[in-house]
Amino acid sequence: MTPIVSADVAVVGAGPAGLAAAVAAAESGAAVVLVDAGAQPGGQFWRHRPETVVPEQEGKGHHGGRTYLDLRARFDAARGRGRITYLPGLQVWMAQQLHPVQGDDAGFTLRTTPTAAVAALEASVGTQTVVARRLVLCPGGYDRQLPVPGWDLPGVMAAGGIQAFIKANGILPGKRFVIAGTGPFLLPVAANIAEAGGKVLAVLESSSPTAWLPHLRAAAGVPEKALEGAEYAAVFARHRIPYRTRSIVTEVLGTDHVSGVRTARVDADGRVRPGTERAYEDVDVVGFGWGFTPQMELPLSFGVQTRLDADGSLVGVVDERQQSSVPGLFLAGEVTGVGGATLAVLEGLAAGTAAAGGTVLPEKTAARHRRFAEAMHRAHPVPPAWQDWLVPETIVCRCEEVTARQLTDARESLGARDTRTLKSFTRAGMGWCQGRVCGFAAACIGAGSGVAPTAESLSGSAKRPLAAPVGIGELAALETTDN
Amino acid sequence: MNSASDVLVIGAGVIGAATAYFAAQQGLTVTVLDKGLPASGTSSACEGNILVSDKELGPELELTRYSLGVWHGDLAEHKRLWEFESKGGIIVASRESSLASLNRVMAAQARYGVVVEKLDPDTLRNAEPNITPDALGGASYPEDCQVQPMLVAAHLVRLATDAGARFVADTPVTGFLRSGDRITGVRTPRGDFSAGAVVNCAGTWAGELAALAGVNVPVLPRRGFVMVTEPLPPMVHHKVYAAEYIDNVGSSDAGLQASPVVEGTPSGTILIGSTRERVGFDRTVSTNALRLLAENAVALFPFLEHVKAIRHYHGFRPYCPDHLPVIGHDERAPGLWHAAGHEGAGIGLSAGTGKLLAQALSGQAPDLDLSPFAPARFGERKENSTTHREEATA
Repeated sequence: MTPIVSADVAVVGAGPAGLAAAVAAAESGAAVVLVDAGAQPGGQFWRHRPETVVPEQEGKGHHGGRTYLDLRARFDAARGRGRITYLPGLQVWMAQQLHPVQGDDAGFTLRTTPTAAVAALEASVGTQTVVARRLVLCPGGYDRQLPVPGWDLPGVMAAGGIQAFIKANGILPGKRFVIAGTGPFLLPVAANIAEAGGKVLAVLESSSPTAWLPHLRAAAGVPEKALEGAEYAAVFARHRIPYRTRSIVTEVLGTDHVSGVRTARVDADGRVRPGTERAYEDVDVVGFGWGFTPQMELPLSFGVQTRLDADGSLVGVVDERQQSSVPGLFLAGEVTGVGGATLAVLEGLAAGTAAAGGTVLPEKTAARHRRFAEAMHRAHPVPPAWQDWLVPETIVCRCEEVTARQLTDARESLGARDTRTLKSFTRAGMGWCQGRVCGFAAACIGAGSGVAPTAESLSGSAKRPLAAPVGIGELAALETTDN
Repeated sequence: MNSASDVLVIGAGVIGAATAYFAAQQGLTVTVLDKGLPASGTSSACEGNILVSDKELGPELELTRYSLGVWHGDLAEHKRLWEFESKGGIIVASRESSLASLNRVMAAQARYGVVVEKLDPDTLRNAEPNITPDALGGASYPEDCQVQPMLVAAHLVRLATDAGARFVADTPVTGFLRSGDRITGVRTPRGDFSAGAVVNCAGTWAGELAALAGVNVPVLPRRGFVMVTEPLPPMVHHKVYAAEYIDNVGSSDAGLQASPVVEGTPSGTILIGSTRERVGFDRTVSTNALRLLAENAVALFPFLEHVKAIRHYHGFRPYCPDHLPVIGHDERAPGLWHAAGHEGAGIGLSAGTGKLLAQALSGQAPDLDLSPFAPARFGERKENSTTHREEATA
C-alpha cells in the first residue's frame, strides 16, 4: 500500500510561489508538505545546478536571487524544525477533494508518482499519497508555443527550455541561436545564452516598442523592472545582439536538424509585409516563446472558477487571500495570471499564510505588479493573424503529427470549433504531451483566424484527468477507497 | 417557424447521424438538431466497437449481424473516413471454468452463424505473443471490427447534409408540438421545427426527451471508464477480452464491475477498458475504477505493469432495463420515433439501426423485424402526459 503523509497544508510546486507558500504556512504554525517535480527547490525560475555538484552557486545569476536565498534559508530552517516535509521528484497525477466528515472541514488527497528523471537519478522517495486539510497549488507554467513551418525540426526549443538547459547543466544546447516570439522573457534568455558564450544572431520580437507607450504609466510603478531592462540592454550591447521588433520567424529551415530560419517584418496584426523577408544561415538552435501557459490541470480537476487573463491564458479566479472558488483550495503564481517571480512570491506568501489560518493584509506591491503584468501582456499580444504563417502541411500537434490542413478541414467540413471537437476528429492533443504544446494553437485554429479562443475551448485542452503519466503497475497497487 | 421536413432527428451522436444519413439517402427531407455539436455525448467517450463476439443470442445478435452487413455494404465506400479496421476480437480464458463456459458460448454462436475459431494455447500465443502465460485457450472472432466513432458521427452528418439534410447545432429541444394526439414537431430556443416524423436519438438523454413527449422510455446511464497508455510499438494486435466480459455485459448489477478489454490502436496507444457501474451521471473520477482496470489489464498482459497511462476518460452507456435498444415508431405518441438505448453497442449497431429506421420512415417494410425493439414494450403512456401536452402544445 502507498505510504500516506498527512499535513495541515499541502503545497504543490517549489518555484517562487510554492516555496513562499510553504515557508509562510510553516511560519504561521502549520505542518506543511511540499510536493515538487524538481530534484531541488527553486522551480523553473530559480533553477540551478545540482546542489550536490555545485554547492556554492545559489542565487547567482538570478533576478531576485536575494529573495530566493532568504526564502531558502527560511525553508531550510522550517524543515529543520520539522514543520515542512519536503517531497522532491514527485508529480501529482491526481488531486481530489475529500468529502467533509461531520464537524470537520473538507480535505484534499494528492496521489503522486516519481518523475522519470528523478526515479532514474537517485534513490527516489517513491510513490506517496498526501492528505491535507488545505491545499495550495503553485504548478507554474511553461512557454506558450505557436507552430510555424519547420518548428518540428530537432534544434527548435522553447525559449524557456534553452534557459532551463543552461541553468541546470551550465552548458549551451548549441552554438548559434535565433530567439523569436514576443515578450520581455526573450531578453533574459538571449542574455543567458550570450553570457554562457553562445552567439545570438538575432532576437525577433513580433511586437513593437511603440506598443509600450500607452502602458508606460503602469510600468513606471515597478521601477525594478526598468532596471532589469537596462541590464539586458547593456548585455545586448556588449554582445552585439540585434533586437528586431515587428519581426517573426516565418519558417525554420533544415532537413534533419535546424540549419537556418527565414524571417520577415510584420504589421501590427502580425501579417507579413511583402519584401521584408530575409534568411539567417548557419543556425543550430531556434528558441520560441510566445508568453506562458499556466499549468491548469490540477485547478481544473477541482472545477475552480476560471477567467481569461489579459494574455489570453486560462487562469483561476482567486480572492485577496488567493483562495479559489473551492473552499480550502488556494492558488498562487502563474495559475492566477502570469506576472513574474516577484508577484508569484507575494501571492505564495499570502496563500500560505491564509491556508495556515493566518491573517493576510492587502498588498499594494502585488497590485502594482499585477498592473505591470497586464500592461506587459497588452504590449506583447499573440499576433491575431498568426494563423496566416501556417502552410497546410505545417504540423500543429507534434505528438500525433496533425497538420494545419487537418485541423482547418475538421473546422470547415465537420463543424469542429473548439479543442474538444478538434481532438475528437483529428487526435490533436491526444499524444504524450496531452495538448500542453499544441493546446493554445489548436484553440486558436478552432476559433478561426483573428478570433481569440474562449475559456471553454482552452479548458477543453487543459483538462487532463491524469495530471501526469502514471505507471499502470502503480494504479493496480492503489488501495481500495469508498469513493 | 423553421421550414418543415419529413424527418426531424434529435441528437447528432452516431445513432442520429446514421438515421439522418440513411433517411436522406431515401430521398426524405431531413433536419438534425443537437444541443451541442456532433458526437458530443457517448459517441465521443467509447471505444468504437463493432462486435459480434459479445452479443446475446437473439434479437440483438440479429441486429448486429445486419448492421455488420451495412458497414461492409452501404457504408463500405466511406470506410477510410472513419478509420474502419477489421482487427478481430480474441476472448481469452485463464481458468478452467471460464474456458468451459467460453466453449459453450462458442458452440451456440456458431449455430447462429457467427464466425468463431477455437484457439489452443499455441495458436493464441501466435496471435498475441504478449498474452499472460496463464492463458489456457481462447476464441477468435475475425468479424469484430473497430471505427473511430467521433469521425463516424461527424462524417455521417456531413454526408447527410451533402445529400440535402440540414444540421442545426446548439439547439436543445424544450417541448413538443402536437396536433391532437399526434407529435408534429419540437420547440427550441431557435424556434419551432415541424416534421412528419420526430426521431428521438438523444442517447443517454432519450428518456428525458421521451418524458417531455409524455411517454415512458427508460433509458438509463451506465458509467464506464477507459484508460489509455503511452504510445508503444505494436504489442497487442486484436481486441482482447477476458472470458468474464460476456457475463458482465448482460449483467444488471449496479456495483462496479471491470473486466479487461485490451487493444492496440493505430496511433500506438493501448486502450484498457472497461468498467460498468450504475451511478447516474456522476463524473467523479473513481480510483477504484482505475485500480480495477489496471489490475485486470496487467493480469491479461503482464508487460503493461511497466507501461504508463497518459489519460483516461469515461462515458455513459445508454441502456434499457431489458438490455435491448428501443427502435421504431411509438404508437403511444404518433409521429414520435425512437432510436436509443444501444448500451455499449451503439457504434456497431448504428449503421443497421439507421438503415432500418429510414426504411420504416419511408413507409417500407424494414429488412429486419423491429418488433423486439418496439417502444410500446415499456407500457402505456405516462399518467402525467397531459401536463406535458398542455405545456408543450404550440
